[in-house]
This record gives sequence, C-alpha cells and structure tokens, in this order.
Amino acid sequence: MPVITLDGHRLEVPAGKTIIEAAYENGLQIPHFCWHPALSVAGNCRMCLVEVGLPRRRPDGSLELDAEGQPLIAFLPKLQIACATPVADGMVVNTKSERAVQAQQAVMEFLLINHPLDCPICDEAGQCKLQEYAFRYSRRVSRFQEEKVHKPKRIIWGPGVIFDAERCILCSRCIRFANEIAKQPVLTFVERNDRVTIELYPGTEFDSPYSMNVIELCPVGALTSRDFRFQARVWEMSFTDSICPGCARGCNIRIGVHHNEILRLEPRRNLHVNQYWMCDEGRLTQYGFVNHNRVNGPQLRRTATGQLEPTTWEEAYEAVAAALRRYKPTEIAIIGSGRLTNEDAYAVVKFARTVLRTPHLDFPRRDDPYFGDDFLRCRDRNPNTVGVLEIGLKPAAGGLSLAELPEQVRYGSVRCLYIVEEDPAALSPELQQALEDAEMVIVHASNYSSTTAHAHIVLATTTYAELEGTYTNIQRRVQLLRPAVATKERPRFQGMAMSRWDKFGAWNDRWAHGPQRDCRQTWQHLREIARRLGTTWKWSRSEEVFQELAHEIPSFAGMTYELLEAYGGIVLGKGRSPDPVPPLRYESHVLKP
Amino acid sequence: MNIQQNTEAQRMSFWERLYLPEIVRGLSITFRQMFKPKFTRQYPEERWEPLGSYRGYPVLVLDEDGERCVACGLCSRVCPALAIEVQAGETEREKERYPVKFEINMLRCIYCGFCEEVCPEEAIVMSKGYELVFEDREAAIFSKEQLLVPIEQLQDRLEFLRRYK
Repeated sequence: MPVITLDGHRLEVPAGKTIIEAAYENGLQIPHFCWHPALSVAGNCRMCLVEVGLPRRRPDGSLELDAEGQPLIAFLPKLQIACATPVADGMVVNTKSERAVQAQQAVMEFLLINHPLDCPICDEAGQCKLQEYAFRYSRRVSRFQEEKVHKPKRIIWGPGVIFDAERCILCSRCIRFANEIAKQPVLTFVERNDRVTIELYPGTEFDSPYSMNVIELCPVGALTSRDFRFQARVWEMSFTDSICPGCARGCNIRIGVHHNEILRLEPRRNLHVNQYWMCDEGRLTQYGFVNHNRVNGPQLRRTATGQLEPTTWEEAYEAVAAALRRYKPTEIAIIGSGRLTNEDAYAVVKFARTVLRTPHLDFPRRDDPYFGDDFLRCRDRNPNTVGVLEIGLKPAAGGLSLAELPEQVRYGSVRCLYIVEEDPAALSPELQQALEDAEMVIVHASNYSSTTAHAHIVLATTTYAELEGTYTNIQRRVQLLRPAVATKERPRFQGMAMSRWDKFGAWNDRWAHGPQRDCRQTWQHLREIARRLGTTWKWSRSEEVFQELAHEIPSFAGMTYELLEAYGGIVLGKGRSPDPVPPLRYESHVLKP
Repeated sequence: MNIQQNTEAQRMSFWERLYLPEIVRGLSITFRQMFKPKFTRQYPEERWEPLGSYRGYPVLVLDEDGERCVACGLCSRVCPALAIEVQAGETEREKERYPVKFEINMLRCIYCGFCEEVCPEEAIVMSKGYELVFEDREAAIFSKEQLLVPIEQLQDRLEFLRRYK
C-alpha cells in the first residue's frame, strides 16, 4: 500500500484513493466545497489546493537522499487539487504550507466577492461551510470595492427546495446529486463568468423523492427547505440521533428540536444503510404527529357521558387489569404493531404469552408498492417488521391472525381487543367493524385516531421521538433510537441533547420547556398492568428490557446499546462480530455552535 | 472584649469634650449649604435626560421602511441573561426574514448592551429609558410593538454608536 505524508502524518492508503479521501479516512481535514464522498469529483471550487511533492529519483529508480538520509522531495511547480489527485507511494502533501495557505485565502476571497454576506437572514448560518472557512482559511477582509453581482433570489425549484442564486458558490454538488443519486437530471449551469448560475431545464421541476437532500448537501445557504425556512436558528435547536420510522429502511436521522417541538429531520451518515441521504417523504411526514394531536395522559370512556375523559395512571391501570381479568385468555386478542420498538414488541409478546396466555397475537403489515423504489424507500412502511417477527409477535398455535379476527369478534368468541400503538380502524372496514363489535377495546396510542374513537381505555404512549429503543430494518440491522422530545416521565436534563435555552432557561421562562406530554412507553404500561395481574417484571429502563431480550432471543445475542451506537447498528446474529464501521467519517452539514 | 485604651472619649480634645461648640460648628456647615446650588431634582416633575452614551433598556429601531430587525437571533444568542426571545418568519420584502415575535423580559435584562453590540443591522439599541415599573411579571415581557421606537427618538444613541462602537 502506498504510504503518504500529509502535514507530517504518515498514512497508509490503498492505491487509487485521492488525497482528500485519504485525509478523511484518517480523521484529517482538507478544506473543500465541491467534493463529496458520495458524488463524482468535479474539482471546480479549487478550495482543496494543496502542495504535492514526490521523492526525487535517479535514472535507475533509486531515491535521492539528503545529508540526513531522508528522501529529497521535488514539489510540483503548481498546487494540486486534493480531491482529484490520486495518492502515490512516498508522496508528501502539505495543506498548511505558505503556498497552500495563500491559495486557500485567495479562493476564499474570490468566492466571497459576490457572496451577499446576508448571514443574519440565511438559514444556513451556524452550519455553513463558507462561514466556517471564512474564519479558518480567509484573510477576513475583502479588497472588493465594486458593486456585487445581483442574481435572482427565492426561486422555487420544487416542492421542497428553494434556491437563492446570490448565495450560490457554484460548487455543482446539487447538479451532481440530481444526476447521480436522485437520477433526475434537471439542473445545469447557465451563463458565463461571474453571471454563472444554476437553472432548471425549461418546463421541469426538481421534484425527485430525494430532492431535499440537496439542502444538507449545499455547502452554503443557497438551497433551503421550504418546510423549515426561518423557523429557528440551528444554535437554538438540540439535535438527537435517531432512526426514521417512515419505512423499513430505517434511515439514520438527526431530530432537530426547539422548545420541545420537532422542527425538522435531517439525514445522518450511515454507510451501511442510507449513506448520507433520506427521502423527502420521511423528512416531511415523520414529525408532525409528534407535535400535534397527542393523547396526553390516560383516558377512560365514562359510561355516563360516553366521552373519553382524563384520569390518573393508577385508575387507568386498575381499569385495564380489571377488564383483562373479566375475560378468558382466548377471548382476548392483541393487535401489535410493526411500529413497536424491539423492546416494546418483546414486552407485548411476553405479556401475551406469560400474563394473558392468549394465542391471538398479530400485527398489520403496511405494504405500499407505490412507495417502494430501488434506492432507499421500502414498500414495507413499518419500521420494525423484521424485529417484531424475530421476537415472535405472531399468532401462537391455535391463534387468530388479523384477517380472521373480525369474524371471531362478530361471533363473540373474541370479546376484548388489546391494541398496541396501532390504528386498525383506519386500515380496513372489517377491522373497524370489529372494533365496534368488541365489548372492550383497550388502546395504547400516542395520537388520537379512528381507533381511539372506539376505545374504552386509552393509555397515552410515546412516539418514536420520545423513547429509547431499537428498530430492526429491512437489512436486519438493529439500530438505536434516542429520545429527542421530553415528556413528563423523562425530563430533558436526564441525558437528552440540550440547546443553550434548555440548559439555562429557568422553570418560569414561558418558552423554556414547551409542551411536555404525560405519556409512557408501551413496556412501562405492560409492566404496570402485569404487576396488577400478578407478575412482576423488574425493568426500569429500556436498556434493561433490551438486555433481557438480547439474552432470550438468540439472534440478538451480544448486542448492547453501546455497541449499537458505536457500530451504527448491528445485523441480527452478528452481535458478537459486528460489521466494522467504514473509515470514511464525513459530515456535510454540522452545527458548530 | 473590653477596650480600655485609646477610646473615642480619650482621643477627644478639651473643646470637643465641651460638646456645645462642636454642635454650633456642625450646624454652621448645614446652614451654609442652604445657599449653595442644588444637585438634586424634583423627580418626577423634573426629569433627567441622559446622554447618548447612557444604556437604558433595549429597544428596536423603527425606520422609514418599518422595523430594521431581520430576526437573526444573534441578540438572543449573546444575551447573558436569556432575556430575549425571537421567532422569525418570512416576508415579501427584500430582506426576506422578519421577527414574528420579539420579546424582551425586562426583569431579566441586565442592560449590558451586548445585544446592541452584536446586532448586524443596528436594529436593537439601548434607549434612554430608565423608568421600568411593572405590576406583574407578564407585564415585564415587552412585545415587539412595545419595543419599536421611531428612529428620530434614537438619534443620540445611533450617533454615539457610529462614533465609538
């Protein structure tokens, strides 16, 4: 393998890699705008100019050595771009030498000539490459006295993306993304010289299902999200690593929270799963239900009024336990969900088998052939189908499947429906009829839905953003979710990501907390109900449920939350020998407060 | 502990110990002051107008085109007391961002002037206002409408900033 020296660091790099890849694979940095590891190399921003030298050789191929026995280095007369220069054995690269620094400063000055410097208005401020490099690599003063070139602002590119041509530094990342990743080649450079700008081909729209990834990809604030625009500054938000619950892919995401409300989701690097991307559908639809229409606290339907009315947890659990005691095991059917975390699914299965002893246990599949594609989106819209099945959330011997259930409810052989984080009434008219026919409907729900409209008891449950747990994606990779939104049960200071306002706001600041719902995770509900039915489970945290699950179910053996976090998820059955993390650790969009 | 030496009484001279001459001397000072110019004033009938360098409570500048603030949030970020809350929104104006909500909690404000110093638009300045009286905590949170002050009333401060900032 070629050995290169980069700023004095000796790196062993596989042949064929470029200098910038070698740097990022070894935790070093080279300033750049247009290079991105997942895109082709354009080499047009010139920010990654570095000084490159090769050892001097005699005609017979031997190295020329200096007086101290070190090889003499012949530096190339001109600087090279690190993104397009492959490594060679003995190569010496300087990114901090006088010539390289001069080039970086010149490029920065050049890029800033026509950049509007409207950082106070721009959404990118705080995570902008140009802003950061202006501090790190520019001379910090401009010699440009003339009028800046004005270009169109607020051009709508598509349903998700809005373009500001003045801020654009013409790195062409979005063009390459559209061509290579989104496979919707609608963008191109037009004009010449300082009037160059990016335009859509006439009559087209950038509406690919992955179009909004260009927002993170854009090194400046030229491309902003129409959904998020101006809602908060990045430094006012806290960011939590989590998993998108939108489909079985389980794209790694970062949840941006402000005043305890989710304002945006953005993709997070995981080269095993989603690389650097996520789909627009996931980004736009998977946070609204966390903020709105939430069940807050346990609710009981009063016979007097026929309405769901808030009650205490104690009373609600007693009511559930009393209701479950009234029926024979075979009269109770549990409808689980593919949206349950592995921990919650484990608790549901354990509850069904050891506490209720009912064989009727199933969950609805969400198959959407129109959603699936050959990139990230999966037709299975449940985020944890694989995990839930692996744990055994399926009808036991003699148990009813979901399709057979409505008939048995109508005949009265199943009289109590126990629905866990699912909305069967919305799925089929038969199931809706079954809910109407059932004598007793107990629902764990995070949001009001057509199912809670039929429920006799509703236990308020966390959404994916409020719990700690794991999902198993379609590639059988178990991935960790961390709580991003505080609840009454779990206040923010208990280990969640915090913004400055979360940290230092006082209890009486009316903005400091935001709405905090009174909701609990499904395994917590089941633990309480199981205790009232005579079985004690000693779980106090999700991690303890996961430990038991990893102990009980062979394919999860060896997994812990620490390992899941460190390896970016572990494939089922590989708990003791996880796939190594790819060395290229690159973030295109990072908050630097 | 009882101090027996070098007490006040021991240090006094004979004339001081006589008491009455000292009273007369003291009263003569009081009497002389009555004919000298006064430094106090009859507040609130007579009010004091501070100079441009005075840091009263912060206000927002309202110029001909409306408010200058673009809701960048830097004042909120820099405020050591977390007194400022800004919520931005989008407008059709050339500067596409504006504050939907701009609130300063005057009970929290410590008049440090960092918000004024950090403001890239010269939109928040320290006013000459020093009279802050509230009947409850909610009233101490000034809304954008309460904070906006026409630019003519802030000329002294803007002049001071231009010269010394």
